[in-house]
Amino acid sequence: MSLRVDDLTVYYRSLRGDVKAVDGATFSIEDGEIMGLAGESGCGKSSLGKSLIRMDARMKHVGGRVELDGRELPIADDRKMNEFRFRDVSIVPQYSMSALTPTRKVGTVARELLESRDVPFDTVKAELVRRLTLVGLSEAVLERYPIELSGGMKQRTVMVISTLLDPSLLIADEITSALDVSSQRAVGELLVEFRDRGFVKSMIVITHDLAILYQVADTILVMYAGKLAEKAPAETIVGAPRHPYTRLLISSLPEVGVRFDETRLAGIPGKPPSLLSPPAGCRFRDRCPLAFAKCEEEPPFVEIEPGHEVACWKAAA
Amino acid sequence: MLEGGRLMLALDGVSKVYKVGTFGGKRLRAVNDVSFQVAPGEVVSLIGESGSGKSTIGRMVLGLSRATEGTISFEGQDVSRLERRRLHAYYADVQGVFQDPFSSYNPIFKADRVLALVKGFFPEIGRSEWDEKVENALNAVRLEPGACLGKYPHQLSGGQLQRMLIARALLLDIKLLVADEIISMLDASTRIDVLNLLGDLKERGLGVLFITHDLSLGNYISDRAVILRHGMIVEAGATSKVFGNPVHPYTRMLLTSVPQLHTKWDATRPRPVVEQTSGETAAHLVEVEPDHLVAAVGETS
Amino acid sequence: MSVSEPPQPGVAVAGETVSGPATGAPALSEPGVPVAPHVHSEFLHFALRNWKFVAGATIVLACLLVALVGPLLTANAPLAFTGPTDQPPSSEYWFGTTSYGQDVYSQFVYGLRAAFLVGSLGGGIAWVLGAGVGFTAGYRGGWIDDVLNMLTNVVLVIPTLAILIIVAAYLQVQSYWAEAVIIGLTSWPWAARAVRSQTFSLKTREFVDLARLSGRSTRQILTTELAPNMSSYLLMMFILLFGGAILIGASLDFLGLGPSESISLGLMMNNAFLASALLLGSWWWFLPPGLGIVALVGGLYVMNVGLDEVFNPKLRET
Repeated sequence: MSLRVDDLTVYYRSLRGDVKAVDGATFSIEDGEIMGLAGESGCGKSSLGKSLIRMDARMKHVGGRVELDGRELPIADDRKMNEFRFRDVSIVPQYSMSALTPTRKVGTVARELLESRDVPFDTVKAELVRRLTLVGLSEAVLERYPIELSGGMKQRTVMVISTLLDPSLLIADEITSALDVSSQRAVGELLVEFRDRGFVKSMIVITHDLAILYQVADTILVMYAGKLAEKAPAETIVGAPRHPYTRLLISSLPEVGVRFDETRLAGIPGKPPSLLSPPAGCRFRDRCPLAFAKCEEEPPFVEIEPGHEVACWKAAA
Repeated sequence: MLEGGRLMLALDGVSKVYKVGTFGGKRLRAVNDVSFQVAPGEVVSLIGESGSGKSTIGRMVLGLSRATEGTISFEGQDVSRLERRRLHAYYADVQGVFQDPFSSYNPIFKADRVLALVKGFFPEIGRSEWDEKVENALNAVRLEPGACLGKYPHQLSGGQLQRMLIARALLLDIKLLVADEIISMLDASTRIDVLNLLGDLKERGLGVLFITHDLSLGNYISDRAVILRHGMIVEAGATSKVFGNPVHPYTRMLLTSVPQLHTKWDATRPRPVVEQTSGETAAHLVEVEPDHLVAAVGETS
Repeated sequence: MSVSEPPQPGVAVAGETVSGPATGAPALSEPGVPVAPHVHSEFLHFALRNWKFVAGATIVLACLLVALVGPLLTANAPLAFTGPTDQPPSSEYWFGTTSYGQDVYSQFVYGLRAAFLVGSLGGGIAWVLGAGVGFTAGYRGGWIDDVLNMLTNVVLVIPTLAILIIVAAYLQVQSYWAEAVIIGLTSWPWAARAVRSQTFSLKTREFVDLARLSGRSTRQILTTELAPNMSSYLLMMFILLFGGAILIGASLDFLGLGPSESISLGLMMNNAFLASALLLGSWWWFLPPGLGIVALVGGLYVMNVGLDEVFNPKLRET
């Protein structure tokens, strides 16, 4: 087992009280697995990703444990997590294009990052250059300022730097959202290549775009309003989803070839519940066409067939 | 390209040139010799990646930015350089909705202020008649007046905010809506509802200039498509023809790069190579079949 | 410097999250929390909980109280030679007397009044000029921006001290009103710059476009759409200009360039210095004005830091 997450609960301190961003998440990822973490805005996917590396001071770890390669990750303790960050768990953040300090050369940023982890730059420089060449960038990039690079180039640079120490787990947070279609494909294929070459063991790719996940991920975990809804291999999620939310979501995505005059797609009416005081029972209840009496009791996240877990009374029946 | 006499919006040789660099030495052609038309009740998609100039064209059509070259005509009249009163009259027929719903509302005021702002177009109407108009407009976009009126923007969702902006445009009984990436910041589950709304309005005679980077959305909703790259048109025509039979390498590259559900990116099929273009002169468009124009390849350099 | 600028991407304004990238992800926000906090209703709630704001405001209010009420508690005019020279603080003369036999307490409280006058008038003038120039340059852009920029740079570069020396020599500045006006006319450039850049970033917000599409004029947009959105910024700017004017005024007075017919804290320090109060050990003469300036200006700046945290939730860290 590469990553085991057990009943993880994370709240956000906010102006109006605690936002229950992630509530009791339990799942695991194997070595070499790329798991897509999908959901709409406010579902908690970004919070879940960030909680595994503890990168946000407003987050409060309320309960649950995380184990990476058999060792427990001290995600409640900011200082202790520092040993794990970048070496064992690494993140390519949202807006990584802005993650490079504009007043420093790219090479200097990399050097400072490595030396803050007690890794002398010279020992890894050769590997850094090798990997940059692999992603289609030349060594000259290290001598450039971020403003001289295009969005796709910056994205690839940040990906290479983040994975330089071969972390066990890489969290990629909405890294394709700000890119053009052509760069999205390049970056998506790059993620898979990093895994295939062993630069990272396993990956969590966080995005709202299910289509990208279908191309890139082995398994997909769908979240809704802070809870896990469904986890299954990518083919199953897209081809035969069981959770009503997943099914409605998949059917609302237009594909090239579908036209309004021929096929009317439908969205999901209503909106997700507020996470400040979420309702009891299944959180999708109000918008679910299949809701019935039992949904007032919260459905557990159970395995209905090998590799396929769902939190829904109807689907599990 | 279209049946004569039924034009609503027509762009002819429109360019937008910025002077950049110190002392304004260099020239940046954000839009380069673009021509296309929108007929009443028709949805035309402007599809392009960032830097393609699609938003600039939208702003020029809305009179928020002035074209450097070329003309923009609306119902036969030249609207490229309107001022004050004529611009005001133009806005009774043409309105816009933008990408970020939370940026489109002034956060210190209530959300329905955007509706009140257009009352200036109807000086003669009384209070109760205005309230009725507002209610009808909100119902037309499937918003419940009680749930939206009197609230602040941060109390409403992105989907509701975008719909309210469409309602604002409907209050004016406009003929053309410029929709600039209006659903790209909405969640997937609400996107399709707003899009379907546009489709319904189109069937009632509203013309839409639909600006997007998302090919699947363009394909879903539009009658005609214009593919832009670096400010120039590379392919244009009826949507079924442009998407069904893409000719230009750039269009084909876009279509193969779009991630699809149920079909994996074909790893073995090489992506079409598109040569770099940075030229000043736009390529001229060649008709490859009726209602399908393509920029001549090799001329752009 | 360009004739017309290419559109700038939206930049975050204090208190709100960054709008999404061009090819858009769904709007980013704290999970489940409103994107744009409604500033006015929450302001007091957070302001009173921020210790920096409370501490700073308390000090400033205390100084104001002393400036208003203090002079009522003494019958001695500040410049009158009323008592024995060089007396340490006593029950009769609370802050002692100067080398000329003047009442230090009286000088101190009248000096505080002068400080508030210079601060509010000088700061106020600079504020109006800075905001006016900044808004116009930022919103209109183009050649108006270039001209105003040049003007701003020229005034910025003028050595204020040199100008004030010249003015003092020729105009015989004899009132703090005049000093305040001069300070106001020379200290607005940085404020104009700041307002200009804020206006630039706000101008690209889509609600400004929508206002234009609704037929609003430039003046209406500036006053009803932009200025209220910058209200927190404008408030903080005023506080900084206020404090800055007091400091400049005190510096001028200390150098002997200010009015000599009345009293201010800077002038007190100048007199004390010239009379070698330090060597004589008359701490009661130079310490109160010094501490007074530090407390007032320091209090203003600390209050400002607190306000920044109140208005910008991201600075409110654990």
